[in-house]
Amino acid sequence: MSHTMYTISTSPHIRSRTSTDRIMKDVIIALLPATIVGIYFFGIQALLIILLSIISCIGAEALFQKLAGRHSTIKDYSAVVTGLLLAMNLPASVPFWMPIVGSFFAIIIVKQFFGGLGQNFMNPALAARAFLLASYPVQMTTWIIPDGISSATPLGTLKETFFIPGSADYFNALIGRIGGCIGETSALALLLGGIYLLFRRVIHWRIPVTYIGTVFVLTWILGRNGLFTGHPTYEILIGGLMLGAFFMATDYASSPVTETGQLLMGFGCGILTSIIRIYGGYPEGVSYSILLMNLAVPLIDRYTKPRIFGEVKS
Amino acid sequence: MKAFTFKRGVHPPHGKHYTQNKPIEYILPKGVLVYPMIQHIGAPCEPIVKKGDTVLLGQKIGEQKGFVSSPVHSSVSGIVKDLCPMLHPNGSKVLSVVVENDHKYQEHESIRGILDYRSLSKSEIIDKIKEAGVVGMGGAGFPTHVKLSPPEDKKIDYIIINGAECEPYLTSDHRVMIEEAERVVEGLSIMLHIFPGAQGIIAIENNKMDAYEALNKAVRNHSTIKTIMLKPKYPQGAEKQLIYAAAKRKIPPGKLPSDVGCIVHNIDTAVAIQRAVMRGRPLMRRIVTVTGGALREPKNLKVRIGTSYRELIEAAGGFISEPAKIISGGPMMGTAIFSLDIPVVKGTSAILCLTKEEAFRPEEMNCIRCGKCVGVCPMNLLPLELNGYAIRNELKQVEKNNGLHCLECGSCSFVCPSNRHLVQSIRTAKKQILINKRKNS
Repeated sequence: MSHTMYTISTSPHIRSRTSTDRIMKDVIIALLPATIVGIYFFGIQALLIILLSIISCIGAEALFQKLAGRHSTIKDYSAVVTGLLLAMNLPASVPFWMPIVGSFFAIIIVKQFFGGLGQNFMNPALAARAFLLASYPVQMTTWIIPDGISSATPLGTLKETFFIPGSADYFNALIGRIGGCIGETSALALLLGGIYLLFRRVIHWRIPVTYIGTVFVLTWILGRNGLFTGHPTYEILIGGLMLGAFFMATDYASSPVTETGQLLMGFGCGILTSIIRIYGGYPEGVSYSILLMNLAVPLIDRYTKPRIFGEVKS
Repeated sequence: MKAFTFKRGVHPPHGKHYTQNKPIEYILPKGVLVYPMIQHIGAPCEPIVKKGDTVLLGQKIGEQKGFVSSPVHSSVSGIVKDLCPMLHPNGSKVLSVVVENDHKYQEHESIRGILDYRSLSKSEIIDKIKEAGVVGMGGAGFPTHVKLSPPEDKKIDYIIINGAECEPYLTSDHRVMIEEAERVVEGLSIMLHIFPGAQGIIAIENNKMDAYEALNKAVRNHSTIKTIMLKPKYPQGAEKQLIYAAAKRKIPPGKLPSDVGCIVHNIDTAVAIQRAVMRGRPLMRRIVTVTGGALREPKNLKVRIGTSYRELIEAAGGFISEPAKIISGGPMMGTAIFSLDIPVVKGTSAILCLTKEEAFRPEEMNCIRCGKCVGVCPMNLLPLELNGYAIRNELKQVEKNNGLHCLECGSCSFVCPSNRHLVQSIRTAKKQILINKRKNS
């Protein structure tokens, strides 16, 4: 008689085919349209910044894990995503050392110091952007428009002047022929990527839709020249909103896991962004809004715990 | 037509193509039969035969102890060869009666059919069901007579027959619904007879339209029974989720189906009730789906309880490739077994032989907080958080965050992209909490 002993483990015995690296690859695919548009309009300089940023993020992760004697997680592609997102949030004209410094800050200080993948309390790429903006404000706010002349971003123009966007302005904002960071200019390319992520169920509509919707409504109501004078459609096409709403505010580790929490996250980001844009000192408020909301995530999750199935309101 | 369902849940690959169109085949046992004295939830049975005794088909060999318990009967005639602890499908050794089959299948005198169950009272019917050792055939094995005896003050509005069969690979209920539709309906009619005023609902996932049609036909002349369709989704067959889909009622935490006026029974349990009441036959056989990529010829088998798993594997043509894992039950909630020398018990719904590919178990990685587990939990729990508490052994937090209400359906672990052992850790914590409670009380 045979005495084969079969493998045992507790149920479930089958697994879905989703995996962390597949999710990360999907994010990279979703960022490709915006990346290509960025390189098309900002040229070879943009490509170099993107490559430098990705390579430094991978390098920083490898270096830290080697020094700390930890298991390497390079293969999960999360460092690639952070690198790409960081580059998307930098102007194409920054000096080459800047993406390297940013990458090390993002990966080592924001991600690894707090426990690595899934443990970061803020979006690493955004935290790095905020760090660079605070440390090197001149380089971080020198914008070139696609034909190479330095210029203000549409949000800067809106802030400084009584500007009324015309149809050409809407078109330029859609395709990305405006000043801004490498990956934030083309609303259309970002929207495409966002729809891909929704379709692949990597992200849920709750955060991006409430975020963009809140900005739309608030910028219209509050207006830049008094109540109800806003140009809400233009407002949601420009600045970092599309990139922030679809790719940054939805960062798993630093966004709520509950359904109500996700709605609150989008809503909170939308309020903060609108207020900073209209009343704040900076022309754009997407990064800071998301970072501020990131800090509130543990609280949001705690207070929006769903009632368990069948439990009645007491 | 409208199909009903519950919120959240997952869509695992069905794997039912192996056996869903295969008619039930009846096999007789070749070797000895082993009858563990625990085949149900509740107190173990006490053997009432001794070594050397002659037993007949349908003779009671294990007497129930207390109300929440269920007797065990011999499914063959022959001689009691031994009385000793034997390996049980749940992985432990359980006191069992071993019977040498004489292959004559001589029936015990207690097997007697009746003409009309309508002449029997409620307590007489429940007593027949209890004496026949009928337990829930879905897998858990809760004694059926207990389920049919809710407190007097609870009014039962719905008796729901669970034809969801949402576990992947399993097709035994599916085949019973097609081949024994009349018996399912008769079993339900008997229950409606003892709960006059209740409505019978047979709920079937709409990926089994042939079963739905068959039952529709069988209920045609029954005004108090209706069939409904369910969306194919896991865990549609879980009691709370099924009651919500079929009767739009939610069971509050810690309450029972009867608290919301419902009783749920499995398809094959309805058949067992029919056989017990109308034909006087105790529970001696069940339908087992023997399936998986590692088998030559997957089948639905009607077997006698006590038959060795090994005989079922042989009946399904043996292995074509070395199975990586063998599971008693379905892939989502079944138990992995390490040996084939175990007997079919009342709750054996399937024997699943998975290939290496099917049983692929990737390495556990960091939680990325994607929230997919939250999005699928049918009980609205936060599995990622419970997992954190469980692995840090913070049992108070597990309890505070409703960990004890986890159904252990495994949807969270199934969907996790980081392959975290979510339900596994919650299950362990639950067990520990219950042990501690028992110690302290």
